[in-house]
Amino acid sequence: MKPAPFEYRRPGTIAEAVTALAGGTDSKVLAGGQSLVPLLSMRLAAPALLVDINAIPGLDTIEVEGEDGGVRVGALARHAAVLASPDVHRVQPLVPMALAHVAHATIRNRGTTVGSLVHADAAAEMPAVLALLGGSVEVEGPAGGRTIPADELFVGPLESSLAHDEIALSAYFPALAPGAGVAFDEIARRHGDYALVGAAALVDGDEVRVGYLSVADVPTVVDLSGVAEEELGDAALTHLEPGDDIHATAEYRAQLVRVLTTRVVRSAREHAQQSREGRR
Amino acid sequence: MTEELHDVRLSVNGTTYDTRVPARRLLSDALRHDLGLTGTHVGCEHGVCGACTILVDGEPMRSCLMFAVSAVDHELTTVEGLTNEDGSLSPVQQAFSECHGLQCGFCTPGFLTTITAGLRDNPTPTHEEARDMIAGNLCRCTGYQNIVKAVERAAELVELAELVETPAPEAGR
Repeated sequence: MKPAPFEYRRPGTIAEAVTALAGGTDSKVLAGGQSLVPLLSMRLAAPALLVDINAIPGLDTIEVEGEDGGVRVGALARHAAVLASPDVHRVQPLVPMALAHVAHATIRNRGTTVGSLVHADAAAEMPAVLALLGGSVEVEGPAGGRTIPADELFVGPLESSLAHDEIALSAYFPALAPGAGVAFDEIARRHGDYALVGAAALVDGDEVRVGYLSVADVPTVVDLSGVAEEELGDAALTHLEPGDDIHATAEYRAQLVRVLTTRVVRSAREHAQQSREGRR
Repeated sequence: MTEELHDVRLSVNGTTYDTRVPARRLLSDALRHDLGLTGTHVGCEHGVCGACTILVDGEPMRSCLMFAVSAVDHELTTVEGLTNEDGSLSPVQQAFSECHGLQCGFCTPGFLTTITAGLRDNPTPTHEEARDMIAGNLCRCTGYQNIVKAVERAAELVELAELVETPAPEAGR
């Protein structure tokens, strides 16, 4: 279980990193590496070049900004730092709710939230959260910078819409609207494992939306506005086709979708209620 | 094809080591094979089992999920670096000895580093927090009862050591 040989560059600036990636198409960016290194070790991936961005200063920021006062997380902000940030808790509580389910504390000490997003694993928590919230990722490439909205970011299994020579610099999570509520839950065989199914809910007035992980090849968001509580699970399943794998049958996943959908929507409604009462 | 080698300077347990490794050398392998610090154990080698956990700038991380070339700017602490300055056992090591937390001992280095950092951040864990502290480490011997006991005993030992305000007590072996 050793990685295949690769060329290694450790640039000190974003410009140098973009230059290092230019030219070849067989390269990967290394930030936390908590998903990438296992893929390399198992030789499921064998890029010719690894560009380690850990020596680039200024990428570990967590800042509240933007018109709606959402939170921007830099490419080297570790999950643990994002999870511990009072600003993130205050501005968008769904982010820490979901981060608490990302692997174990030790992995969160090294893994980055932005890395998890561009790794685009449909079984991971943060892509589903970004998709549900309608967030975005800021990237830099040879042609300059651009913003990729979440609904254009996730293309397929472990595939994002970043070009091979683009680097993700930050992710933006919109703030929770006043009076709105969120919730996250997942079922995993052991805490810290990838979820068999996970769901994140956002309730804002009559609007009810739920984002799912481990159900499809990409994180999937379903609009359940106007659906009666006892119908939520079945309504969600009309938009989803859970699959079979070695971890769970499609039938079992469908049942988890029913249970989790009801649970997270109820819990998000309670959260909305609490936040309304807290503001009075 | 000859593989490109990188000169890396690693700071481990307060000692500086210069070595030359290919970029793909996992930090766990660099510690064991290049530096001879075989206290760090390698179990699953994909980040699941926690046997290779070391402290990177004081924070527990999986050394099998880092490359040695990425570890240059950090202070690393392996299980060899956990003993007190006089060579006696640290409170966590002492507690493992007292509570038979080692069992076969293979997973022990990862537990010791994880718990050392865990008790620094939360010196008085509840029973539930003590269990949660070690949730990312696998022990395949049997249950985790003795290890959880060791976490709680280590917390007591740290508290006792602070009460008497002397250097850590002599290891009573």
